[in-house]
Amino acid sequence: MMTVVVALVLTGVRQGTESKALENEAIFNKRAVLAAVNDYLGMGEGVTANDLADEKVLEIFDSRVKQITLNTAGEVVEGVLAEKIDMAKEKKKDMADRVLPLFQYENEGETFYILSVRGNGLWDEIWGNIALESDINTIAGASFDHKGETPGLGAEIKDNPTFPGNFSGKKIFRDGEFVSVVVRKGGAQDTTYEVDGISGATVTADGVTKMLHDGISLYLPYLNQARQNSKMESLLIDQH
Amino acid sequence: MAEVKAVEKVKEPLFGRAEKKLLTDPLNDNNPITVQVLGVCSALAVTSLVYPSVVMAIAVTLVTGFSSLFTSMLRTYIPSQVRMIVQLVIVAFLVTLVEMALKYFNYPIYKQLSVYIGLIITNCIVMGRLEAFAMANKPWRSFLDGLGNGIGYGAILVMVGVVREIFGKGTLFAGSPIELKFIGNTSAYMINTTDSVLFGWYANNNLMVLPAAAMFIIGIMIWIQRSYNTKLVDVS
Repeated sequence: MMTVVVALVLTGVRQGTESKALENEAIFNKRAVLAAVNDYLGMGEGVTANDLADEKVLEIFDSRVKQITLNTAGEVVEGVLAEKIDMAKEKKKDMADRVLPLFQYENEGETFYILSVRGNGLWDEIWGNIALESDINTIAGASFDHKGETPGLGAEIKDNPTFPGNFSGKKIFRDGEFVSVVVRKGGAQDTTYEVDGISGATVTADGVTKMLHDGISLYLPYLNQARQNSKMESLLIDQH
Repeated sequence: MAEVKAVEKVKEPLFGRAEKKLLTDPLNDNNPITVQVLGVCSALAVTSLVYPSVVMAIAVTLVTGFSSLFTSMLRTYIPSQVRMIVQLVIVAFLVTLVEMALKYFNYPIYKQLSVYIGLIITNCIVMGRLEAFAMANKPWRSFLDGLGNGIGYGAILVMVGVVREIFGKGTLFAGSPIELKFIGNTSAYMINTTDSVLFGWYANNNLMVLPAAAMFIIGIMIWIQRSYNTKLVDVS
């Protein structure tokens, strides 16, 4: 008897709150995507995605972000909204069935490509968004999150703005070959393709390295095509 | 003619001395964390920042209060063999409501507290008060007792959180609209260690960010409380 009452009340409350809860979740995820382009938000000096009001996040997303859904072959997939893609679920699917979100962000005439990646940290999953500049090589920024990394150690990938900040300006292609960015324990040696590690968080940092490598690799068919296209364009422009 | 007149029902005052005692005892003399040593697990986990600690404290206070209220209202109808299960259903119901409310009002805090909201169901304070008090007392007094214990828990949580956040991150109420940045190595902080003369040596204490620090702090608080509170000396 009591369980029936309890179940009814809970269902009722759930119905009432669900739409707002889903909205909140969407805003949370969009904010994480925009955090990858913190330096290029155009909202003022030092204003990061976390400082923006909810409505502002939605406004920027609606006006300046073009959502593209890709499959692992690099083709554009219609009918699936990129913001609705659940990377956790996609990870469990076969390669052929997976879809990937790509957010094309405009700021003051520049275009940025924001990719979503997901991997494993020390205790549980980690994920992040990487923004590439229009040359599809230089990283414009990154944002990371995690499920259960240790505060002060693995959790620094999210809590300490210096860590994602280190990725700005690094490149992922060396002489046309995809090499991704390595988080090196003990400090970056090659400053173009490596970032400093986190003391005491080697496993998480290695997880980030692998996540970036494997995650961005999924986008390679599309990225390589896009690089070809922009090379063709600049060749054509040169010829004129 | 009924010679035995019905005994006049004693009207208990809403906020008499006994009621006030229910609210104030758990703050000091019968504090759930430092004296009863219940609910310490979540105290360790969420107190690295003050803002989640406050949210957690409010959640636990509401859950303990209302579950005590409901259990007390139903106490005469619950057969003793299933009383634990019924209590569990009540607590789980309330915690689910709290979770949905958090998702609605403040999603980022919900993400930050993630598992620990659900773990309120297993928080010993809640079940402890239900068994020890609500099953044997009237609804209004049980409600006050639940609230009192929740507030006592909350007070400890906030105190531990303040110490951990100031010394571990140099901020106060980070993540909330009233964030204060005290001491740190960039110019965003009130005391900037990179150019300060007095505090140039200061670096954030990373131990404070780990749960072990909460254990030490609570241990020290129990020690101080037992030294000064005469009622607690020699209480096992």
